[in-house]
Amino acid sequence: MNLIVRWTKAFGLFWWDFLVGDTPELFVGMLVVVGIAFVTHNHRALAVTLVPLSAICVLLASTVRGRKRS
Amino acid sequence: MTTSAVVLVLAVFGASAVEMVEALTIVVASGTSRGWRSALEGAGVAVVVLAAIVGAVGVPLVHLVPINALRVVVGSILLVLGLNWLRKAILRSSGHIAIHDEDLIYKKTVASLSAGVDPGARRREQRDAVGFAVAFKGVFLEGTEVVLIVLSLGSSDHRMLLASLSAGVAIVLVTIVGIIVSRQLSEVPENAMKMTVGIMLSSFGIFWAGEGAKVSWPGSDLFILALIGIFGAVAAAGIALMRTRFPAPQPTLVAAEVS
Repeated sequence: MNLIVRWTKAFGLFWWDFLVGDTPELFVGMLVVVGIAFVTHNHRALAVTLVPLSAICVLLASTVRGRKRS
Repeated sequence: MTTSAVVLVLAVFGASAVEMVEALTIVVASGTSRGWRSALEGAGVAVVVLAAIVGAVGVPLVHLVPINALRVVVGSILLVLGLNWLRKAILRSSGHIAIHDEDLIYKKTVASLSAGVDPGARRREQRDAVGFAVAFKGVFLEGTEVVLIVLSLGSSDHRMLLASLSAGVAIVLVTIVGIIVSRQLSEVPENAMKMTVGIMLSSFGIFWAGEGAKVSWPGSDLFILALIGIFGAVAAAGIALMRTRFPAPQPTLVAAEVS
């Protein structure tokens, strides 16, 4: 039982570190991008514009934030 | 071969090659300082474990999970991974964080592993637990990212074999070059490769997450090329922006650790 708890914890920590780590803004940004895709999928032009644009905004914001921490 | 298949092969090949260069540095450092037998055994066991993970997780992923749900999940993972690689590559190109220095990482690893080693034992090629563990950990950790990329790209497009083969070819190729030059591959333009792969992964991530959410991309698979072009332009603009608007205070002299 102890081993299962330890492995589960290690597995969870791996995914947390992999997806969130020191760039939580990228994870939150990804959720926003996917959310925009779901909300706008019925309006093709809007989806095709907004989904990549939101990802670009997330990238640039995270890059500028990374500059402050380096 | 469709556009998405070509880009998939290039993305998996590039990502695997970059990660393999980093793993090779650790294996060569371990082999040089603790003995080649243990280092190669550690690297070999790690490769077998990673291949088993692809086989065990990949097949159920493709056959049991609904395709749209799978595409949203893997698209999201690829997007986070790709944007993170791209962000680091932009910050490295603009001088805000240090370029990944394989030579320095190699020297540091050799120095830390050489402490307390009996040179006679190294010559006799006895088994060494530390050498095995360091090589295993290096290959396993660097390889985990490759496995996630292979699983994500392979399962979202039902091309697991193609993705696995691309990764396998990259691993074999980097290993052969490493054996030929008998050292870590510090001459590889790692940051440029990471930027290219970051662009591809981000493009794939948006494309598959959108497909899973039922966004109808113009030109279908061909839109991946448009996304690659857009992200390429954004990366170039990002570097220029960081250099002009937010210049690095001073050149970063300390090499980055393995990341």
